[in-house]
Amino acid sequence: MSTIFDYRCSEKVGGLFPELDVPARGVEHLIDSQHLRTQPLRLPELSEPQVARHYTGLSKLNFGVDDGFYPLGSCTMKYNPKLNEAMASLSGFANLHPRSDVTRSQGALQLLFELTEFLRGIAGMADVSLQPVAGAHGELTGMFLFKKYFESRGEPNRKRILLSDTAHGTNPASAALAGFSVTEVASDEFGMIDLKALDEALDETVAGVMLTVPNTLGIFETNILEVTDKVHVAGGLCYFDGANLNSYMGKTRPGDMGADVFHYNLHKTMSTPHGGGGPGSGPIAVSGTLIDYLPLPRVCQKNGQYELDWDLPNSIGSIHSFYGNFLVAVKAFAYILQLGDEGLRAVSENAVLNANYLQERLKKTYLLPYDGLCKHEFVLSGQGIADGITTLDIAKRLIDYGVHPPTIYFPLTVREALMIEPTETESKETLDRFAEILEAVAVEAREDPQLLHDAPLNAPVRRLDQTQAAKNPVLTYPFDEKPA
Amino acid sequence: MAYPTEYRYTKDHEWIHLQGNRARIGITDHAQAKLGDIVFVELPAVGTSVQKGDNVATVESVKAVGDVFAPAAGTVVGINGELESAPETINSAPHEGGWILELEISDPADLEDSLDAVGYESFADGE
Repeated sequence: MSTIFDYRCSEKVGGLFPELDVPARGVEHLIDSQHLRTQPLRLPELSEPQVARHYTGLSKLNFGVDDGFYPLGSCTMKYNPKLNEAMASLSGFANLHPRSDVTRSQGALQLLFELTEFLRGIAGMADVSLQPVAGAHGELTGMFLFKKYFESRGEPNRKRILLSDTAHGTNPASAALAGFSVTEVASDEFGMIDLKALDEALDETVAGVMLTVPNTLGIFETNILEVTDKVHVAGGLCYFDGANLNSYMGKTRPGDMGADVFHYNLHKTMSTPHGGGGPGSGPIAVSGTLIDYLPLPRVCQKNGQYELDWDLPNSIGSIHSFYGNFLVAVKAFAYILQLGDEGLRAVSENAVLNANYLQERLKKTYLLPYDGLCKHEFVLSGQGIADGITTLDIAKRLIDYGVHPPTIYFPLTVREALMIEPTETESKETLDRFAEILEAVAVEAREDPQLLHDAPLNAPVRRLDQTQAAKNPVLTYPFDEKPA
Repeated sequence: MAYPTEYRYTKDHEWIHLQGNRARIGITDHAQAKLGDIVFVELPAVGTSVQKGDNVATVESVKAVGDVFAPAAGTVVGINGELESAPETINSAPHEGGWILELEISDPADLEDSLDAVGYESFADGE
């Protein structure tokens, strides 16, 4: 596969610059010579058609949710409605400069204000900040809020965060980055938080707990009220990872479950793109106790006009430039308006229905370690399909059938995990076809195991050497090995 | 692969080879097989003092990141620096060349909850 640099010696010109309308000055008069390079830049010199064909060619090798089924558990790769894109492309939004005066950006500020209200209602929380630009960024912001809260209460010894062994990997990373130490609490035989283990771990050094509801096994924590109550009684706070909000919108709310901080993944739940098509957006909601610490600025309404409020002395400060990823907020706003209350509730109902439909069918072929009603996703195991066959083999074979493989080897509590999230946007026909494919792969695994070891056979590249890729990644173009 | 009978084992899938109060520690064959190809090992600094249960090292495979926990309180007195360039030694020789670190143990009673080879093997099989 070629990179753009492989064409670099063709000495073409891709565009014509207009004639200078000021006197020309050499770069040596503008920049101190010590900062000037002596060798010419090794840039590709190509015509516009060459560049267009190169990138169009690469784009055809890509696989996205517009190409086919993409049941990536935990990542919610659901369809991104094109109307969202049209709204975000409106000139008044797309060409608005972030430094525009508030009097010239009232519409944008109104949108942010109203989106905040929508999100507040969906989560049942006291207030919302749209500033974080990813789920993990929301987590980190939440951990900063925890820290600030305990500092201002004079409890600096609360330095520990508890989390479940099924937590998203970003949870411990966010806690550690904010200066907390992390204690893992094992889940029970039903894949839920073990109340006894939680009791043993809770003490006066615990700042709080990071929870994911439903958890990454797709199981709703039926003891959630007891869990958050225990944490609050012990003087701690509850962080809710909102990655799985798409399974209970309009049914229940983190605010009713005892959350102190909650993050939304707009790039998942609210159908805005992610996974290379981003950028993301991970707003956070807080309970009343934490409002004063929310990031700067806040959008507010004063005398019938929308403004940005920077005067919040207890705030943790800004955690991103301007007000987060604004155009992503526009897409999420468009999505919420299109669907309304009933529509958002139907999103969650169908996400759960689709997951249970697939789970019930596939558990006849694949091991289902945690059997029971699931929410929006479920976790199968590749164990026992055939001797010597791993989940990696199964996942690679799915590519040959034109399906993006599900998440594999996560969560860590399931051996040879296959984590499947069909999302609400898929039809019964697509779900049936996917089930047929997984059933066919199970037969192939027994009858022709080598086929699975060799897979993928029909993809642009064959099985990649992931060990070498992790150990010896090539991150730069080898100019010196390929002289011009 | 046989589990050396002179070693002790933990339910975190680590082996301990105790000589005097010096304990050489690694992860078991069962653990390396479950992790898959190991691509990176993060080792502690020699001289680090640890409590039982502390995370002393990290083993990263193509599938997952695993923590190595101190099976007893003590001080890190040795590390297997060869793992930095050849982490795959843990896959090929988990119980010998793939050792991870050596601890000088302050209280051997910390190891009382560890298992012998037979006990560990049945524990690992039952998982």
